[in-house]
Amino acid sequence: MRYFPHTDEDIAAMLKLVGVGTLEDLFSTIPEDCRRKKALSLPEAMTEWDLNRHMRALSLDMAAYPEYKVYLGAGSYEHYIPAAVSYLLERSEFSTAYTPYQPEISQGTLQAMYEYQTLVARLLGMDVANASMYDGASALAEAFKMSFNIKRKRKTLAISGVVNPLYRSVVETYFAPTEYRVVELPYLQNGTTDLSGIAEIEELAAVAVQSPNFFGCLEDLQSAGEAAHLKDALLIACFTEPLAYGLLRNPGSQGPDIACGEGQSLGIPQSFGGPGLGMFAVKKDYVRKMPGRLVGRTKDLDGKDGFVLTLATREQHIRREKATSNICSNQGLCALTAAMYMASVGGKGIRDLAGLNRDKAEYLKERLREAGVKMAFETPTFNEFVVQFPKGLEAKYEELLGKKIVAGLPLVPYYPELAHHYLLCVTETKTRDDLDALVAEITS
Amino acid sequence: MKEITELSFPEDVRYTKDHEWGKSVDGKVKVGISDYAQDQLGEIVFVELPEVGAAFEKGDEFGTLESVKAVSELYMPVGGEVVGVNSQLEDSPELVNSDPYDGGWIIEVAAGDASEMDGLMDKSTYVEELKGIKP
Amino acid sequence: MKSVQGTTGLIFNEPLLWEKGKKGRCGFSLPRRDVKKYPLDKRFKGDGPDFPDLSEVDVVRHFTRLSQWNYGVDSGMYPLGSCTMKYNPKCNEKQANLDGFAGAHPLLPSSLSQGALGMMYELEQLLGEITGLDAVNLQPAAGAHGELTAMLIFSACHRSRGSLRSKILIPDTAHGTNPSSSALCGFHPVPVKSGEDGILAPETIAETMDEETAGIMITNPNTLGLFEENIKEIAKIVHSKGGLVYVDGANMNAVMGMVSMGDIGVDAMHLNLHKTFSTPHGGGGPGSGPVCVAKFLEPFLPVPRIVREEGGYTLSYDFPETVGKLHAFYGNFGILVRAYSYILTMGKNLKKASQLAVLNANYIKERLKDVFYLPYDRPCMHECVFTDKKQQAAKIATLDVAKRLMDYGFHPPTIYFPLVVHGALMIEPTETESREDIDLFIETLKTIAGEAEEHPERLHEAPTAPKVRRMDETAAARKPCLAG
Repeated sequence: MRYFPHTDEDIAAMLKLVGVGTLEDLFSTIPEDCRRKKALSLPEAMTEWDLNRHMRALSLDMAAYPEYKVYLGAGSYEHYIPAAVSYLLERSEFSTAYTPYQPEISQGTLQAMYEYQTLVARLLGMDVANASMYDGASALAEAFKMSFNIKRKRKTLAISGVVNPLYRSVVETYFAPTEYRVVELPYLQNGTTDLSGIAEIEELAAVAVQSPNFFGCLEDLQSAGEAAHLKDALLIACFTEPLAYGLLRNPGSQGPDIACGEGQSLGIPQSFGGPGLGMFAVKKDYVRKMPGRLVGRTKDLDGKDGFVLTLATREQHIRREKATSNICSNQGLCALTAAMYMASVGGKGIRDLAGLNRDKAEYLKERLREAGVKMAFETPTFNEFVVQFPKGLEAKYEELLGKKIVAGLPLVPYYPELAHHYLLCVTETKTRDDLDALVAEITS
Repeated sequence: MKEITELSFPEDVRYTKDHEWGKSVDGKVKVGISDYAQDQLGEIVFVELPEVGAAFEKGDEFGTLESVKAVSELYMPVGGEVVGVNSQLEDSPELVNSDPYDGGWIIEVAAGDASEMDGLMDKSTYVEELKGIKP
Repeated sequence: MKSVQGTTGLIFNEPLLWEKGKKGRCGFSLPRRDVKKYPLDKRFKGDGPDFPDLSEVDVVRHFTRLSQWNYGVDSGMYPLGSCTMKYNPKCNEKQANLDGFAGAHPLLPSSLSQGALGMMYELEQLLGEITGLDAVNLQPAAGAHGELTAMLIFSACHRSRGSLRSKILIPDTAHGTNPSSSALCGFHPVPVKSGEDGILAPETIAETMDEETAGIMITNPNTLGLFEENIKEIAKIVHSKGGLVYVDGANMNAVMGMVSMGDIGVDAMHLNLHKTFSTPHGGGGPGSGPVCVAKFLEPFLPVPRIVREEGGYTLSYDFPETVGKLHAFYGNFGILVRAYSYILTMGKNLKKASQLAVLNANYIKERLKDVFYLPYDRPCMHECVFTDKKQQAAKIATLDVAKRLMDYGFHPPTIYFPLVVHGALMIEPTETESREDIDLFIETLKTIAGEAEEHPERLHEAPTAPKVRRMDETAAARKPCLAG
């Protein structure tokens, strides 16, 4: 077996030194009644070549680019990933390294994480970003937890009903066994959050609003912040598509205390939903209450610049049950991917890319409108928007699946009141011809 | 870390089993941590201070001290209202290490019950306690 | 010594990203613009982030140089206790990168994602077989996430029984995530002391277990590298008071094919795919922490769950007693692909992997026990724990030994954990290290122990070979500089 270097001679010699006769003897401390009664029943070990065949067959039983044209967003986005980024991730000094607890031999990871933290802070317009959470959903749950830690006596959190429903579900799960209450804010006819109810909520610790929201609509974070701060509560600005900030006002410029969300768009493959990248950034007053790892810049004994994990006393391995979070493993390699991607696209590139995303989505909107399809909400959007297809389009939708086109996400499972509504996403990966073809198919 | 004989324990303060000290000054009680505690914790990087005006009972947690590798809770040696905090510790937390009984004082309390100070240990009792602590 | 693994060589200084580049450079091939520009309401328009502009060459050189400052499993032995830094097979990377997997949207209709759903379903079955438990969920994104999931399940189970439990028993050898995960669920951690022999005694549990305690979180084998021999009796005691038994499966690499957790009274456990199942650590993540439970806890597992029907596999949310959702989608799918590939490659060799891991650890223990103090001189599992007691006279601490190892080209073992052992040095070689490399590691540690006597300054000054020397962590924590 190619992962076992030991030869029979090695094993015999080592057993002799340890002072036992066989490999089984090494387990003498395991009581008889704790042993497996039956041997492991697993499929026969596959050769590399059989494994390749098996996995290839499974992977072909999937709908992916370029064979399929998938117009889905809703928290996972199809973007081009430069070959240079994929190549750099194969540097095994990055991928096979552990958490950088021994900084002297982890300066590569540490400097890259410091760069990631910096670029994220700049992208979101916030003071400090951490070195990643699991994904956008758990990042939001952690943001609420942090808010309760800051606003000690408060018991309620408010979450917009147009925050991604999967995220809302995760938040509810995290807080189910606690004494904290979750209040949902309804949405208005124009597809944005109804902030009017915030004033009446008692013991409010924080309000979370997503922008662009689940319907793709751009929210007024400034007003949301004002409403939250009037109640001496925190504003959490969350997002699922950070590429938007190449074009749109970033959250930081609109006053939130915490900005968090999903970073998969930044060079990370969709990979059926994971691994993703939980991005998390705060105003500098809250640094010591942040969850997650933080990399700081410092000097070594000779005065040389270097980087090290810092403020570790917030974390579970030191603070245990009083830690800011239980997180240990994070999404380190995904954060590295995002840093490489942001470095590749650069300042000019991200503006162009964001603009292209929006313009392609706007083009599709225009063509659909011309063909008589109704837009559900008039509020400006980024690269996702909701259409109201004519009744009876369900059959057409199924037909299009057969033609290898996934024409958006039906919203009924998430918003039962929105029958015949579909969330369409257009990124830079769709050509004008693709979009024209989609319109033609839908309206035929 | 130092031997007990290398550390300093003034006579004019009283000590708690959690290694805080209390000293009556102008009718108020000044609070800090002992030389032993600062030596055990290592270089202090951050002090979390309570708000002036906050009220605690004897034994309540009123703040924390962070070093690079550890966090230590601070407990009230006597009950009362916090009437002063050493704001110098925000920029210079290392004062707790270098000058634990004077410049490194942490809070000042208007004690609710003056007799609580009598329940604290004097220097010799405290040093005996320290000698009994396993390494 | 015959040879020394570490040496010095040419590495490069490399500035920060924003200290490089020139305005107007681009490292990205912008897709063709085939649509016009559409106006955007001024209220929403931003200026874009202050990112550097770099060419592709800038980016590739930058990260290539950074990688050369790092040490990975591919560089050399990484004997971190309780981390299981085994070799990460490259063919598993290939499978995760297949277009059909890497390019798949999670919200595709089931009919278009049969490959992924089928793979996940099978992986659940395989992990169930390996642990001896009945139902598995792959959603948790890391071990700590798995622990949280299990605590949520315990909480839901007790609530369904109308029982209010506010505490949980946690051994003093536990990893920090155990108390922090349980605290997140409102369970107050009650510490229980391990015995003089390093394992838990049933009497200690019997003293502390009551009807207000949700159960116990045990790591087995524990963080001292010892099998919790009394686990069956402990489970009985906990169960007798209506409590539940959770096992932290971080050390599963010691007992695959040897122990069935389901048979020894375990109600729930998590696995670390990035430990036992060879997925790469990635410099901190991503990992994956699937949760495995006994049948009676199955209704509480997170949703959605993969259901096998006539036509194929679907995702179902129809589980009314579920604790809910912990991840936006289904977990770290890309990591699941790697772990699945590993299990298919190993088959019954998983048992051999555990046997060889345990052999390697015992071999190291026997050969180093006269050089470093061994607090528990008995057969260990896949890891062994030493201390710096013998070096204290020379004023050398575990930290100094660890730092000096770097000069010799080894990543240090885990230090100062578990907390119950003062100055702990925890070594886990894993089964993928060869005898020669292990012998070299042992010889190196012996050399360092000798240096501790003769030339202690070499240890105090260490490391000197890597790019930087010991970092000023105090300054980093006092005046944090977290962004440039």
